[in-house]
Amino acid sequence: MVDVLVIGGGGAGLTAAIHAKKDGANVALVSKTYPTRSQTCMAQGGINAAIGADDSIQSHISDTLKSAQGLADEELVGILCEHGVDAIKWLDKIGVPFSRNKGIAQRKMGGASFVRACYAKDYTGLKILHTLYDQCNAYDINMLSERFLIDLAVIDGKVYGAYLLNIKTSTVELFHAKSVILATGGYAKVYGKHSTNHVGSTADGIAAALRAGAKISNMEFIQFHPTALKKSSILISESARGAGGYLVNSKAERFTDELASRDKVSLAITNEMQKGEEIYLDVRHLSAKFIDEHLPQEKKLADLYENIDLTKQLIPILPAAHYTMGGICVDKNCTTNIQGLYAVGECANHMVHGANRLGGNSLLEIVVFGKIAGEAACAYAKKEMPACKVDKHKDILSQINTNPTVDFYKRRAELAEIFYTHVGVKRNEQGLLEALEYIQALQNELKNMGVKNIKLAYNTELAEFLEFKNLVLTAKTVVLSALRRKESRGAHYREDMPNKDDNFSTDTICYQENDEIKFP
Amino acid sequence: MKIKLQRSDKIFEYEVPLNGVTLLEALGYIKENIDSTLAFSSGCRSSVCGSCAVRVNDKEVLACAYKPKDDDLIQPLRNMPILRDLAVDMDRALAFNKIAKAWGLPKEEALHVSGEDAKRNELQSDCILCSACFSACPVYSVNEDFIGPFALTRSLRYVNDIRQKDIKPTIEAIQTNGIYDCTLCNECVPVCPQGIAPKQDIEILRNKSGIMGYLNPNILAGFDDGLNF
Ligand SMILES: Cc1cc2nc3c(=O)[nH]c(=O)nc-3n(C[C@H](O)[C@H](O)[C@H](O)COP(=O)(O)OP(=O)(O)OC[C@H]3O[C@@H](n4cnc5c(N)ncnc54)[C@H](O)[C@@H]3O)c2cc1C
Ligand code: SF4
Ligand code: SF4
Ligand code: FES
Repeated sequence: MVDVLVIGGGGAGLTAAIHAKKDGANVALVSKTYPTRSQTCMAQGGINAAIGADDSIQSHISDTLKSAQGLADEELVGILCEHGVDAIKWLDKIGVPFSRNKGIAQRKMGGASFVRACYAKDYTGLKILHTLYDQCNAYDINMLSERFLIDLAVIDGKVYGAYLLNIKTSTVELFHAKSVILATGGYAKVYGKHSTNHVGSTADGIAAALRAGAKISNMEFIQFHPTALKKSSILISESARGAGGYLVNSKAERFTDELASRDKVSLAITNEMQKGEEIYLDVRHLSAKFIDEHLPQEKKLADLYENIDLTKQLIPILPAAHYTMGGICVDKNCTTNIQGLYAVGECANHMVHGANRLGGNSLLEIVVFGKIAGEAACAYAKKEMPACKVDKHKDILSQINTNPTVDFYKRRAELAEIFYTHVGVKRNEQGLLEALEYIQALQNELKNMGVKNIKLAYNTELAEFLEFKNLVLTAKTVVLSALRRKESRGAHYREDMPNKDDNFSTDTICYQENDEIKFP
Repeated sequence: MKIKLQRSDKIFEYEVPLNGVTLLEALGYIKENIDSTLAFSSGCRSSVCGSCAVRVNDKEVLACAYKPKDDDLIQPLRNMPILRDLAVDMDRALAFNKIAKAWGLPKEEALHVSGEDAKRNELQSDCILCSACFSACPVYSVNEDFIGPFALTRSLRYVNDIRQKDIKPTIEAIQTNGIYDCTLCNECVPVCPQGIAPKQDIEILRNKSGIMGYLNPNILAGFDDGLNF
């Protein structure tokens, strides 16, 4: 039994664990991968904070609100941007190896009025994540990996711990805790191969929270990055366009302003594709020296995944699902509607990104709200009595079908295609209804799916099947939310309702009751 | 394309009808289409999360950065327990980071770090903890408590950081089963996907330790032998 159980070892979870421990809590951190393998390591661009001489917190706030298109909470955006400066100071202090010029080096990212994104070469997320991990070692935090959150232990609206699958042994363990912090990342892997994300961004925490009675919101808002490699959806960073790269169609014509915001460029590309065009990124006119200095990763990845030399050939690209704005509803202390349950990072909706996240704000979010969540959970645990007895042997594994007649890997790939086609950059009523119908059929079919592998030691098929079930549940909330939002706003573009409508300047909130998704 | 996989103590052959793909994609194909019991680790697919290191024809590579050829033999990393097939248990290896006390120990006041200061540990902090170096290191066959290449590189990262309040705890932590247990064989260097040279880092740490007054126990042992002679 611990005071604070943190689930998820990305930037959000590690930060929360450090601050809870600092405040005196007994902390354990569990995650399905080793912490340093979390998606946070993939962030290259940078982390925003108004530390530049010309910049101001006010400007950071107004850029964030503008991008959010009326759906962010001004108070929370204020907290994010004000605490941003201290967050960078803290990261600097504990040893994050930021690149330097006069001070911490910063670069300009889309939608920012100033040069605001602090970076560490092309490894901003990697270096932050590893530095936080080292701090967890310094604070002697118990980190257990290969532990998969199956469900939260909740009785009468109060959390008592979590049921974890030990992937190494396929046993389910109840982990008792006075408070639980979910930091399990986003859900962009609903789009499968059409996502830039880490293989583990499968909505596990959001689905578990939903099953436990938590509210979630704005699930329809998913940011598509305009330039991912066509075959693999590996991200080609914005800097390729920032440096003067062109977007061209099969006729070698440019068709859009390459420097417009991500949602606009993704939309322009999708329109072009619907005319039957193939889309390419063209950097051939940039000097070889420039490419070696500024785009070395992209050069390597284009060679590896598309077998092309980008200094001589066009790079085939497609928009891909990149960041999920929706998540578990939390207040400014990261509290959910379940007592003792907190959520932080991409799995939560901190109401700072609204309809469209600004690049560089999510790394900031995980550090700023990670601290707040850790401190809040610690304060709660200190006044909480030891947990009551919860059902120790929740029998989860025996319910899994070991003679499946339907292959879930096939369905997972199908779901991804259907989502990319109908719930992608462009949506309409008919397509969304088709997607809904597909998901409902999938839910009925789930009983015929399961795992062929019945071995206990390190059964990754079992973990992947549990992830798939979470994706299906989450997918349903995305489609239902998208159907209700009869307007276009930020990353949610309805071709049948292309304008913003003030009647929809509110969050789309839902929860699950008797196996049904409800909207209050 | 035909690839061979070592799964526990047997070698299995798989025909993968894909061309020009990464080894990680080929493994994914096998799992989803031929044998769902196959286990391997993956994450980012872009060489930054350190999940997918394996050995191909006896050399450590990242599966997501390697294009397999006919008859390649794929094996799990060495020096750690195998969970199943190509997936290994990293718990013990990662614990060496803690034993080495490789972490930030910040000064009270904030410090100005110059571009030059930042260069001093830039390369070491590129480490993705893929364990390729750990697998290649021959010392583990004689001393399984050796702190090892990546944890020592990590120590140097912090020892070389001007923001560090006190480097003594880290230096002290790597004297036993640490810098002097390395044979300087260089096996860890060519396998690192990030171009890090743990061997060199270990030599730098030896020098620093010497300057701080720590003695190389091997030299001491040699000296003793001399007296006995
Ligand atoms: C390619 C790419 C580039 C990006 N670039 C930037 C950028 O430049 N700037 C920026 O601000 N943002 C960027 N982002 C977004 C940013 O990286 C993420 O939003 C952020 O890292 C999320 O952090 P997190 O801690 O919430 O989740 P994650 O880092 O995703 O961590 C989730 C953790 O939860 C664990 N977990 C998940 N499910 C379970 C379960 N069932 N049981 C147990 N543990 C579980 C995982 O193992 C992992 O440890 C980028 C994202 C991508 C994909
Ligand atoms: S140089 Fe040292 S650390 Fe590297 S492989 Fe050889 S013995 Fe191991
Ligand atoms: S030093 Fe290199 S080989 Fe060793 S773990 Fe780090 S990145 Fe991998
Ligand atoms: S999958 Fe991340 S390094 Fe290969």
